[in-house]
Parts: sequence; C-alpha cells; structure tokens
Amino acid sequence: MKKEKIEKIVYVNKEGKRLDGRKIDELRELKIEAGILAHSSGSAYIEWGQNKVLASVHGPREVIPKHRADPYKAIVRFNYRMATFSVPDRKNPKPGRRDIEISKVCGEALERAIFLEQFPNTAIDVWVEVFDSNAGSRVAALTAASVALADAGIPMRDLVSAVAVGRIGGNIVLDLNKDEEDADDAVDMPVGILPNFDEIVLLQMDGLFSKPEWEKAIALAMKGCKEIHKKQVDALKKKYLVEQKEGEQK
Amino acid sequence: MSIIWELRADKVISALKEGKRLDERAFDQYREIKIAKDVYKNADGSARVVLGETDVVAGVKFVLGEPYPDMQDEGSICIGAELLPLASPAFESGPPDKESIELARVVDRGLRESKAIDFKKLCIKEGELVYLAFVDLYAINFDGNLFDACSIAALASLLEAKIPKVEENKIVAGEYKGKLSLSRKPVLSTFAKIGTNMLLDPSLAEEKAMQARFSVATTEDDMLAAFQKGLGGSITKQDVDYCIDTALKKSKEIRKLL
Repeated sequence: MKKEKIEKIVYVNKEGKRLDGRKIDELRELKIEAGILAHSSGSAYIEWGQNKVLASVHGPREVIPKHRADPYKAIVRFNYRMATFSVPDRKNPKPGRRDIEISKVCGEALERAIFLEQFPNTAIDVWVEVFDSNAGSRVAALTAASVALADAGIPMRDLVSAVAVGRIGGNIVLDLNKDEEDADDAVDMPVGILPNFDEIVLLQMDGLFSKPEWEKAIALAMKGCKEIHKKQVDALKKKYLVEQKEGEQK
Repeated sequence: MSIIWELRADKVISALKEGKRLDERAFDQYREIKIAKDVYKNADGSARVVLGETDVVAGVKFVLGEPYPDMQDEGSICIGAELLPLASPAFESGPPDKESIELARVVDRGLRESKAIDFKKLCIKEGELVYLAFVDLYAINFDGNLFDACSIAALASLLEAKIPKVEENKIVAGEYKGKLSLSRKPVLSTFAKIGTNMLLDPSLAEEKAMQARFSVATTEDDMLAAFQKGLGGSITKQDVDYCIDTALKKSKEIRKLL
C-alpha cells in the first residue's frame, strides 16, 4: 500500500517544478548571519530550508592535550553535533558514527581554505550544532563554519561553499530536501568547493550514478556553490562593511 | 610518527618528479592481491586479503534483531573496522577512532548503495524479526590503502556467507539455510593525490606523502556506488574523472579474483 503510493510520486513535473515548487537548479531559501555569539572568536548562523545550524570558532588557541599539536601548522578540530530534537525521532546525544565521520570530512575540507602554517602548535576548534534538520545539514554546517572562520579573522585562501546535489526520479537536482532524499532511486552527493579556485574539498556520494550523471551533478553543484558563496560574502559584508555617508567624518 | 616515514615520503615525492613511483608500479596499478576465502570456521563467512604488505581479515556473523522502524521488512548489514595495534605502531587500542569509523562507513556505503544485497531476503518476520549481518574487519598489517583491502575483504566474506537456520525465533548453531547471494560486486578503488598525480592503491610511504585521498566504489555494470574524498588537500573535477575512469577499468581485475 505504502509502496504503491511512493512509486506514484512525480519528483519533477512537466513544468520542471519539484515537489516544493523549486526548479531543478534552485536552492532552498538560504539566510546566513555572521558574528552573533559574543564569546566566540567567530560565529555564524544559517537557516537553509528547514535546517537551522549554528557554528562557532574558538582559536587559534593552545592545543589540549598537548601531544596533538603540530609544530608546523594549526590543527582543525571540527565538531558536528545534532540536538536531540533536530530529527523526527529523538537523537541520542552521544555522537554517533555518522557525526564523527561528518566532523572528520568537514574539518578536512576547511584545512585547505585556512593558512594553517601561520599558526603552528595551535588548534582551531569549530563547533557546529544542528537544531533543526531536513537533508543537507552537513553542507549547511560546512558553509556556516567557513563564515564563522572568516568572522574570527583567521586568514583564509577562500571561503568553503557547500551544497548537496543528487538524483530523484531520474532527474539531477540541486539541494535535495528530505522528501527528495527518500526517493527510491535517490543519490545524494554533498560537494564543498573553494569557489574562487574550483577546487573540491568535500566530496561524498551514495547511490548509483552513471558517469554522465556525475558530470551533470558536479556542474550543477559548482553552480550552486557559487550562488551560496555570494550569500556568504553578503553575510560578512553586512557585519563588517561600514558605509560612509556623504559629508560624514571618519 | 616515525621519522623514517617522513623521509620515505620525501623519496616518494622526488621519485614522482621523475614520473615514477617508489615501488616502480604504474600510476594505475594495484599491488599484488591475494584473497583467501572461508578462513575461519566459527564465522558465517570470512576472508583474508593481502594487498602488497597490507593484510586484513573479515568475518561475518548473523545476529537476529528487530527491523529499523522505517524498514519493517528488511534486514541490514553493519560494518565495523578494528585497527589492531599489532598491525602498526601508529594504532592504539580503545574504542574506534575517527579513522576507523570513516573506513568502516566508506566500506559500508559501497556495499549498501550498490544494492548488492537484497535486504528483504534478510527479513524473517515483517516488523518483528530480521537478520543483521555484522561484518567485522581487522587490520593485521598496515602498509597503506586499508580502504581497498577492507572493501575487498568485506565483499569476499559476504560472497561466501551462509545464512544460519532459524527455529522458534532463535538461530540454530551450525545449521545453515543457504548462501547470502549478492547481485553485484562493488569494488572500492582508492587514490592518493600527491602533487598533481593521482596514484591508485597508495602504499604506506605514499599515504604519508599524500595531500588528499579519493575513493570511488564501482560495479560491474559501470555504475558509481560511492565517493569519499578525505584529508586536508583538494582535488579537481579532472582528478575525479581520471579516478572514475581508472576505477571502472581496474576494478575488473579485482572482480576476477573474487
């Protein structure tokens, strides 16, 4: 019964619109705010569709325990956590295997963006808490974290912009929501890039893709990331750009 | 970390400047692979994979359990990876760290997402009782590329795995109702990025020198089942394209051995 219903879902209709009315290359509504936590070195808050994610950066600071310090560069410790009420069933607050893997790949993605060699023997600790989720929370976490790093004044090559692309009902689409992620043929591919260099720093995929589908998906992801990059820059500008009015003294 | 490995990493890089790998392999060449199946009698399925000097074993145990709430008529697999301290001076005992969790999850992803296993066949009573196939991987010697060695070992052990007989909701020890059949053979191919080179099946020395790691799981019908980029460096779209093409070609060699 339930199965039959699922098979009837049209993920992209004749007008090219998805279940939530978006076009295949359209992002969900995305709002980013930089610098909102008073006691962090830097912070950012992101609302992306139903995802609500807060990112905070402490450091560069002393590494504890000390033996984990790198005498040549700063280490990045990324902590992705989900609030117990952020998913349909209550999440166990203890970080699971998924949380640990996401923390690892997101931290590694940020390493390429930061001039780590300028801060040997220190740690840059990134804490991300997901308060509400609906597919794409890891890319929201990474996108927010890179704004938080910039807000902390940490020298960076570039921001990291990230988005998930995938396949639903045979269509390659940008920024899947949860209903789409549950499609029978769903493929989910989170991508994070340095938008000014087209370097890929995060890339995961699960599902069954053909090579042409990968080509299409990565092109769509790159395009989406550039759009996200603009919003990240806008968020930082909104906090730091002081417009001088005419006749006003500095 | 031993200084000797730092020095070997330097040698890897200088050899690459002359277009060579330290062990003289082609960039798209695996080390020698040996696969032994059915090596442990108490396991429902088992395998040992030796990839160059890297050595891993896998064992399958079926356990009865309740289905996940969103998949009432499906059993499941659960992959675990143990980096035994006996395998390397760099490994420590204790609960799985992020390295072994990533390893297990990438191996899991290739097997699961390729739809190689029909989870419906692992259902005993809908909504009540299913088989959970625990595949546990143990690294016993670490000389680079645990990802591919573990992926091959997990696949080989599952290909041989026998499903235990169940009577009155309990497993009957030593009796089997048949083999677990897999519809596909997903093979993981892992590459190390060093400079601008992508090297298949990195050795330990090459892993010490790599800036980034990329793995792709492929199937015999030329589909891509999983990606994982790791470490702090970056890769380009061209790098990924090269890895995909190489993996589609070279994974066939491994499938022949299974």
